[in-house]
Amino acid sequence: MMDFLKHPWPWYVAGPLIGLVVPALLLMGNKALGISSSLRHICAACLPANISFFKYDWKKESWNLFFVAGIIIGGFIATQYLSGNHAVDINPKTTALLRQQGVNDFSGLLPHDIFSFQQLLTLRGFIFVVLGGFMVGFGTRYAGGCTSGHAIMGISTLQWPSVVATCCFMAGGFIMTWFILPYLIHL
Amino acid sequence: MRNIKYLITGLLFGIVLVKSEVISWFRIQEMFRLQSFHMYGIIGSAIVVGMISVWLIKRFQAKTISGETIIIPTKKFHWGNVYGGLIFGLGWAITGACPGPLFAQIGSGFGVIIITLISAIAGTWIYGLLRDKLPH
Repeated sequence: MMDFLKHPWPWYVAGPLIGLVVPALLLMGNKALGISSSLRHICAACLPANISFFKYDWKKESWNLFFVAGIIIGGFIATQYLSGNHAVDINPKTTALLRQQGVNDFSGLLPHDIFSFQQLLTLRGFIFVVLGGFMVGFGTRYAGGCTSGHAIMGISTLQWPSVVATCCFMAGGFIMTWFILPYLIHL
Repeated sequence: MRNIKYLITGLLFGIVLVKSEVISWFRIQEMFRLQSFHMYGIIGSAIVVGMISVWLIKRFQAKTISGETIIIPTKKFHWGNVYGGLIFGLGWAITGACPGPLFAQIGSGFGVIIITLISAIAGTWIYGLLRDKLPH
């Protein structure tokens, strides 16, 4: 059992477990899965600045902040106690392509040669860490949800606006990966 | 204390995100290059299980543990779904993480991602500031 837990989990184990979060939250207290909302609640709690979008009772939504705090703790537990410490077993074609584009560190979950405090002051590090994060926060709120709220919760409940949003997430990702990212990695 | 159950659910969710390598930048690259089924399998099977669960909840008119009727919020279309969706997609391919994985990466010890998270919060704040001026 421990041996299984320590290996990376296959998609057919992980996917259904993620899917079960949808009914779990509904049954626990009518909560709709959605993680990007937590970013809005943090704004409302810390810096509402009289902006109407942040003037609401965020405390009523505090379950969402507990949920994301749980994700942080879960990340810690998985990495500290359930990790086999191996490199991510990605398609060798992806590795070859990324190497050619200028990624050199394949030892962890993220390439350390891009995502590190030392890289933060380079243009490349700034784009990947700061600009990328900004686009994720701005885009998800503008879209009204992220992968969890739209792709999983929204499509599970058969809402076509979520299908549209999910297609746009994927389209944006393809455009970035195929046409822009090679130049950004090269910086 | 009533929020502890959400903390525990989040904790389990976080473990799954790390153990299935969903939080890996490399997995996201592989997905957008169509060089692996892994991420599609995860998102796809999560949707199927979610869909069946919601159908069962409706079919049997299940109640919450405190006896409330389950209400599924409806999402109304607006053009932000498209514009915001594209912006998020572009950012997703750069950071290799959507909001859930950002939190899990921080827990996994990638300290620099705290900066990404703060930047994402700033992005959300700027959206709130500009909301009335943006096309929806």
